[in-house]
Amino acid sequence: MSKKPTTGNWTRRDVLKASAASAAITGAPLFFSRHAYGADFLNNPGDGGTVTLGFNVPQSGAYADEGADELRAYKLAVKHLNGEGDGGMMNTLQPSALKGNGILGKKVEYVTGDTQTKSDAARASAKRMIEKDGVVMVTGGSSSGVAIAVQGLCQDAGIIFMAGLTHSNDTTGKDKKANGFRHFFNAYMSGAALGPVLEKEYGTDRRAYHLTADYTWGWTQEESIIASTEAIGWTTAETVKTPVGAGDFSQYITPVLNSGADVLILNHYGKDMINSLTQAVQFGLKDKQVNGKEFQIVVPLYSRLMAQGAGDAVKGIFGSTNWHWSLSDAGSQAFVKSFGQEYGFPPSQAAHTCYVQTLLYADACERAGTFEPCQVVTALEGHTFDGMGNGPTEYRAGDHQCFKDVLVVKGKDNPSSQFDLLEVVEVTPRAQVEYPVDHPMFAGGDLGSCNNGA
Amino acid sequence: MDALILQILNGLDKGGAYALIALGLTLVFGTLGVVNFAHGAIFMVGAFCAVTLQKVLTISTKVRDESVTLFEAYKEVPILEAKFPVVGAVIVDYSVPLAIIFAIPVMLLLGLLMERGLIRHFYKRPHADQILVTFGLAIICQEIIRHYFGANPIPQSAPEIVAGSANIGAFLGLGDNVVYPWWRLIYLMFSFLVISGVFAFLQFTTFGMVVRAGMQDREMVGLLGIDIQRRFTIVFGLAAVVAGLAGVMYTPILPPDYHMGMDFLVLSFVVVVVGGMGSLGGAVLAGFLLGILQSFASMNEIKSYLPGIDQIIIYLVAVVVLLVRPRGLLGRKGVMED
Repeated sequence: MSKKPTTGNWTRRDVLKASAASAAITGAPLFFSRHAYGADFLNNPGDGGTVTLGFNVPQSGAYADEGADELRAYKLAVKHLNGEGDGGMMNTLQPSALKGNGILGKKVEYVTGDTQTKSDAARASAKRMIEKDGVVMVTGGSSSGVAIAVQGLCQDAGIIFMAGLTHSNDTTGKDKKANGFRHFFNAYMSGAALGPVLEKEYGTDRRAYHLTADYTWGWTQEESIIASTEAIGWTTAETVKTPVGAGDFSQYITPVLNSGADVLILNHYGKDMINSLTQAVQFGLKDKQVNGKEFQIVVPLYSRLMAQGAGDAVKGIFGSTNWHWSLSDAGSQAFVKSFGQEYGFPPSQAAHTCYVQTLLYADACERAGTFEPCQVVTALEGHTFDGMGNGPTEYRAGDHQCFKDVLVVKGKDNPSSQFDLLEVVEVTPRAQVEYPVDHPMFAGGDLGSCNNGA
Repeated sequence: MDALILQILNGLDKGGAYALIALGLTLVFGTLGVVNFAHGAIFMVGAFCAVTLQKVLTISTKVRDESVTLFEAYKEVPILEAKFPVVGAVIVDYSVPLAIIFAIPVMLLLGLLMERGLIRHFYKRPHADQILVTFGLAIICQEIIRHYFGANPIPQSAPEIVAGSANIGAFLGLGDNVVYPWWRLIYLMFSFLVISGVFAFLQFTTFGMVVRAGMQDREMVGLLGIDIQRRFTIVFGLAAVVAGLAGVMYTPILPPDYHMGMDFLVLSFVVVVVGGMGSLGGAVLAGFLLGILQSFASMNEIKSYLPGIDQIIIYLVAVVVLLVRPRGLLGRKGVMED
């Protein structure tokens, strides 16, 4: 009878059995607690030395101006996060977990995409970033249509979306998503801030005519401004939808002349706003008298870049904005200084919100100790901070919308420099622009639950 | 009544631009038999002649802007205006009308280069090939402009003296509600002038007579010993000049960007098809007709019954015209039917 081969007192089978058992015992806790360790989520950078962010901005189309400035701000934010430059708003953010050594010790890299200000192109670009470039977060705008489309894609994929310039109520209203966050203000806030100023400047007996960009942002802004102006006693003469990128708005402006309206409200942005405002002024609307009153034009959502494009036409025209470079708080000054030294001109509101969003995402990752989307969502929800140029701010947990002060601005009559085109006439406190999560203008959506993409 | 007058003016204005572009398009088709998809790009290049001249006239030196303290900002001081304050300011103010003089040789050269360098090689090729090559040419023109001037529109102003609006209502005794920008009225008169000029050139000159004869029967004119090809090349250059000038004059109405040609191209093709392929009169008639219809379709009274009609009216009219008159309004038998 032959003897079994042995290793000491162990048979070969014993060794194999013991190896399998120990592998099962040591491996089991990792399997059951993989989410707790943050090891399994889409595009986990793992042990690599870098982490990639996706900057998806319009580099062509009606909002190309904003897109170019957004990209400048993102690049500056990456520089500051990696410990280069003067640090900008990283020095003023309170509280802050940022260390200036990248995010969670990993050097920040980025990829860029052109949304072309079109939803399908923006989604294709974001998809490429997520699937091919392995980004942990997508951020960008402009155009609410684009932002909502990309936010939906990121939710389904399991990636965080930090919205850039998007002003439609729907972004954090009926189309809100658990993986999406918006720092920029919205159309409701513009209306709430502008109403009292318009009442003070133009009185309570006015008839308004709306020209509105025909997509989600235009519709919600028109609804918000009508609500706030009718609340102060104004009536609405007519609301007319205009195609985005119409170019020549003359056929929509001429009916205003005979409508009996004494205020024209332009719910346009970017290139459309530059064209419609310039053409409205060419048709003599600013010098017109109607109902015994001077005709007025209002641009509810303003930006310095648009003011620059429209030239003299913006003088004396009221609007609202998320942020302006002339603010004197430490955060704004730090950002303007840093951006100005880098590029030779001050940043736009689009640049500001994109820069802030990148820093807030990085800070949330540091506080969560992981890039795992669901933990980053938890870190951002209800987070309050200051030092980013808008006073004390809160990321409301119920809809992922930032609540902060809103600026009412006016086109400056005598600019002192080529950048000094708007003057801040009022800082509307947060309490005045706040609304409940289930406000009718924001109803119908559901945040849902966050998605890790695993 | 006021609203009607304004919309008619508006329509004539738009129609003027459509007619000017469509005129060149149909001229090229009628003479060379080429469907030129690069014609919109020629309109856009014309507009950028105005931008280029304005940039040249306002070449600046950079001076430190002391009003900005947070970083080193610089403001641009135009050299011409700094050296000759009065004359310089007037020249810059009139940069758009001056651009006409600059654009004529540039556009003529561009047209001749396009025809001699590329398009002539495609005369005997199928229309599909011609469309592909001219479309590619349009994209190349666009991307070159985008590379040098960026993607954003560049505002151009009309001279100060015509920057405001004309009170037509007061002139006609209709009240103060009928006002219309001076520059748009000038554009309308300009388009009438150019269209009349082209027609007069073709009707009353020997060159025009030969071209018209060539359009009727190219082979017969050739057999008579006339180099009709050389004349057709000049016609291509002429079409480029007309489109280019339309672009130059349109810049104070619509700030030009690299894509403006494509926006007008599609509409102009519809104009040519509605007017009748190869028919000059048809192109002009359809241009004004569609411009006016588009303006009326934008009126609130009409939009309240038919929402969105302003966006589709042109295509709707094209469908109806092609159903009723398959060769277009003034189209002749035999064109593009062989």
